[in-house]
Amino acid sequence: MTDIGSTPAELPGKAHGRSGSLLTESPMMKSRNAAEFRFRAYGLTAIVVALLTLAITLFTIVRDGTPAFFQAKLTYQVFIDAAVVDKNGTADPVEMAKVTTIGYARLLSNSLLAYLDEKGVAVEGMTDKEITDMISKDAPARLRDRVLADPSLVGQTITVKALVGGRIDGYLKGRVTRESSANDSNVTPRQLDMADRMVEAGILRSGFNWRFLTAPDASDLRPEAAGLGIALMGTLYMMMLVLIFTLPIAVAASIYLEEFAPKNWFTDLIEVNISNLAAVPSIVYGILGLAAFINFAGLPSSAPIVGALVLTLMTLPTIIIATRSAIRAVPPSIRDAALGVGASKMQTVFHHVLPLAAPGILTGTILGLASALGETGPLLLIGMVAFVTNYPASPLDGGFMDPATALPVQVYSWASRSDPAFIERSSGAIIVLLIFLVCMNIVAILLRRRFERRW
Amino acid sequence: MSYMKLTASTLAIAALSATTAAARDNVQIAGSSTVLPYATIVAEAFGENFDFPTPVVEGGGSGAGRKKLCEGVGANTIDIANSSSRIKQSDIDACAAAGVTEIMEVRFGYDGIVFASDINGPAFELTPADVHAALAAKVVKDGALVDNTAKTWADVNPALPAQDILAFVPGTKHGTREVFDEKVLIDGCEANGTAAAHKAAGAEKVGKECMALRTDGVSVDIDGDYTETLARVDANKNGIGIFGLSFYQNNTDKLRVATMSGVVPSTESIASGEYPISRPLYFYVKNAHLGVIPGLKEYVTFFLSDDMAGPDGPLAAYGLVSDPELAATQAMVEAETPMGPLE
Repeated sequence: MTDIGSTPAELPGKAHGRSGSLLTESPMMKSRNAAEFRFRAYGLTAIVVALLTLAITLFTIVRDGTPAFFQAKLTYQVFIDAAVVDKNGTADPVEMAKVTTIGYARLLSNSLLAYLDEKGVAVEGMTDKEITDMISKDAPARLRDRVLADPSLVGQTITVKALVGGRIDGYLKGRVTRESSANDSNVTPRQLDMADRMVEAGILRSGFNWRFLTAPDASDLRPEAAGLGIALMGTLYMMMLVLIFTLPIAVAASIYLEEFAPKNWFTDLIEVNISNLAAVPSIVYGILGLAAFINFAGLPSSAPIVGALVLTLMTLPTIIIATRSAIRAVPPSIRDAALGVGASKMQTVFHHVLPLAAPGILTGTILGLASALGETGPLLLIGMVAFVTNYPASPLDGGFMDPATALPVQVYSWASRSDPAFIERSSGAIIVLLIFLVCMNIVAILLRRRFERRW
Repeated sequence: MSYMKLTASTLAIAALSATTAAARDNVQIAGSSTVLPYATIVAEAFGENFDFPTPVVEGGGSGAGRKKLCEGVGANTIDIANSSSRIKQSDIDACAAAGVTEIMEVRFGYDGIVFASDINGPAFELTPADVHAALAAKVVKDGALVDNTAKTWADVNPALPAQDILAFVPGTKHGTREVFDEKVLIDGCEANGTAAAHKAAGAEKVGKECMALRTDGVSVDIDGDYTETLARVDANKNGIGIFGLSFYQNNTDKLRVATMSGVVPSTESIASGEYPISRPLYFYVKNAHLGVIPGLKEYVTFFLSDDMAGPDGPLAAYGLVSDPELAATQAMVEAETPMGPLE
């Protein structure tokens, strides 16, 4: 018998210090409620702090990086003087290739001076050299490529869009100011005045910078010309190869371990090893890649194929773990039913288990690829943190063997350059990298939402 | 499955191109991050004006570059190692052991090392003796060796501003640190009499004692590159950073440079030898690859041409001090003379 019922007189008794109603708080309940309130507050603070950090990071990256997507260009008429670019009048590109970019730089400079004269754009006390220094060092190379590709341009006057130097571009973007230019050895206040005049005259215009996404890297003398083209291609090649390498291996390994392998100490050992490998720092794989693929197997350094092999080793354990849990999530009743109607073990796996596990496998793979996408450490050691300006060939021509870089290493190498214009490009590259990551994660989420089945 | 086919064909393509990859068609370069910007400027211009592909240039540090150069001969080893310090006997031995017997040593110019502080701070007129007295662990006071307790620069030398001492010094893995040690600390140590005091106290290695820096936080080692040093100076306006001349010249709007023994660092004052802290820059070419890797000889010749490395070339515009003996180096490259034993 309980003693509560036996002494009804004492039940709600205030003599014991208990409140009579649930609605009035006792001191104990008060402290419990306060504890809960505090706990919620801690949780909320944690989330606010996390969101704030994210917001600050995104804000600074977007603020610093957005200008990289815009670039100022000079648009003016250039007379392609045959006396400079084709002295012998052969119109033969091989012969004309002997004229270096120095010759084309002179063409661009002279034409700009003449064009400014014609338009009456001038700044008091400005030397010709100051004006011509405003043209990017990249412009002659572009013009040379254009003329060599089409020798019929010789002797004509053509409209040229030439990049303007990094500091002038920085002035239009607000990075370089008149105060800073007074102390800056690479730009004079007169050049900034000239830039203002040119903008008024419509010669200098800022526009969306497609070349940031397509052009190759550039040296420290011409930050305005640097682009992500090769890094994007290198990343794309690597991701393709990583997908091709990891998916079959991961799926085969997981199916075998989950469906066929006997449960004994050996498979346990494999399982522990896979979990451990997933936690190995990525730089270790870089050292392994250098020793195994470059020094031993003799693959070329800086090549996407080596990068892909290293990243494959790095992501395999993660993808195997994800794939195994996806396979494990398929209920045994499905297998039993298939086996019950006479399917072989292999038919069961390939006709029933694998299709049902596919969304989970794909999600795991995409998330694994996304982590490989942002990896820099292992690539440092296999020579992908390099200055590369030749596009790799198409995959069919052995492009996987050509030197290339990758998005995250481009961020790293730009961040350590001395010209401040590269800092802006580095942030711009981060934006591109983040867009990639977000896209991949969205695809993973969509796949999961669309195809995932719950039992 | 189609995956299998895809994988098989990819591997086949990979294997196929691996066999052809033996004949690499681009020059590969690695090494010093100080030389890296110069090498990329040359590589870019080379790619534009020649029929060869643009050389691939990696950073990684002088020592790492030389080590890679000495890995052996063949298309999967690099052709040129950039270095901001001279090759060491240990490197030459490693090279010889791997079959790299002939290396060409190319000195293409000099790099100045400057002290610079925030643009809005006071001007500094330093001497190696003052820098040593401010940063060394032990200094001479009233004829005795004592722990360094100087708080402001004015404590060291009344002519200097009364600003707290704080210096951002390149970490020990940098080639710049070596020059700082030799040309500033050791010279300063001798100039202000600390070296003599160390000797009198019976120190076995006076140089090592002279190079020991304070550990009470006024001297901060920066293991990253100059961008990090700049960020530190930016965040801490009292700080003085140590930079390469070319880096300073690209950031003159943020930094005020200190004179050293009364000389303003510039390409001219370094070329004339007036400015005391500079170092030669080198690259080392694997002679066995000349004529095998297309464009290697042309790249080296182009690098040293007057259009590039000369006093009016783009390298000088970026901050390189042109080598007065460039013509001799050009002749040496033309003859492909390998370097002799180190003196």
